[in-house]
Amino acid sequence: MGGGVMKTIVRKYGTALISLIFLTAFLIFWPQKSAQTISTLSYQLSTMLQIIPPIFILLGLFDVWVPREIIIRLMGPGSGFKGGLLGFFLGSAAAGPLYGAFPIVAVLMKKGASFTNILIFISAWSTTKIPMFLFELNALGYRFAVSRLIIDLAGILFIAALMNLLIPQREKDRLYAAAQNR
Amino acid sequence: MTPPHRFLIIETMKIGLNVILLYAFTLAALLFSAYKDRKKTKKAVLKGLKSLNNILPQFITVLVIVSIVLSLFDEALMTRILGEDSGFLSTIGAAVVGSITLIPGFIAFPVASELLRSGAGIVPVATFISTLMMVGIVTLPMEIEYLGKRAAIIRNTLAFGFSFPAALFVAWVVAL
Repeated sequence: MGGGVMKTIVRKYGTALISLIFLTAFLIFWPQKSAQTISTLSYQLSTMLQIIPPIFILLGLFDVWVPREIIIRLMGPGSGFKGGLLGFFLGSAAAGPLYGAFPIVAVLMKKGASFTNILIFISAWSTTKIPMFLFELNALGYRFAVSRLIIDLAGILFIAALMNLLIPQREKDRLYAAAQNR
Repeated sequence: MTPPHRFLIIETMKIGLNVILLYAFTLAALLFSAYKDRKKTKKAVLKGLKSLNNILPQFITVLVIVSIVLSLFDEALMTRILGEDSGFLSTIGAAVVGSITLIPGFIAFPVASELLRSGAGIVPVATFISTLMMVGIVTLPMEIEYLGKRAAIIRNTLAFGFSFPAALFVAWVVAL
């Protein structure tokens, strides 16, 4: 019984433990980088600790209140162009680093959004942020920002379509089944 | 090695307002939900905590990798890689740096702008921005957890490959 629990913990936290050991070794053997590493670590940690609890509470609320039928209708396999557009806007409107998108992906999968629309959502989240676009416009000029937006729109659709072909149905089914248990 | 700290301060201030709005919204949603149905609300909170607990190990891993990588790839090194010349090698270097690092746009854009001003080519800079956003090596453990190994690797590979033609397109438009 106790061994089983230990096994679960090791399996679950194994990678995290290895990374922490690696971090300790890095700090010891590369002391001139340690101040910078610790400052980044504490900064990233504080960001995560601030942002992540409310996001997961909101996701829980979403999970409980939004019926599966609605997401299937809006973003499901039969939702067509509108579903893709919705995925794109949801991803573009959100703020935060890419790792913030993945828990949302799990809930969208659980609620029956199509794989293509989920891929569009992830790509839009990473690439075409509306607040970021204004910032890019200022920093790099309108030609740079607008042309990047246009080519990335094409890229998002291209990557989503190609991945939909490359990922076998069995793998998609497995991912959707796993999302049910999150 | 002062630049990252300078940027961190700007970033912290930016996040301050977002965080307040996020909490206000979450609190309002929670209160409204509790007013409608207490049982459901309790279930929602428990569900949220459960999925947070499930992803926590990946969060820790990503956090550690990001901190180490950002301390290695500081602004000085990025300038050296991207700014050397605007040829083939600096573009490859830009793609690699962009794929590994995880920097928010409002830090990356001013850095990119600075690089352009100091003579770096459009193609490497655009490649850097593109890979920075679309390719996430450090967040790969999390992506695999949710999308599976196969989809995560394919997505990042395609995004990496796509960054080069995208950068050429941007450079072409800027030069028009």
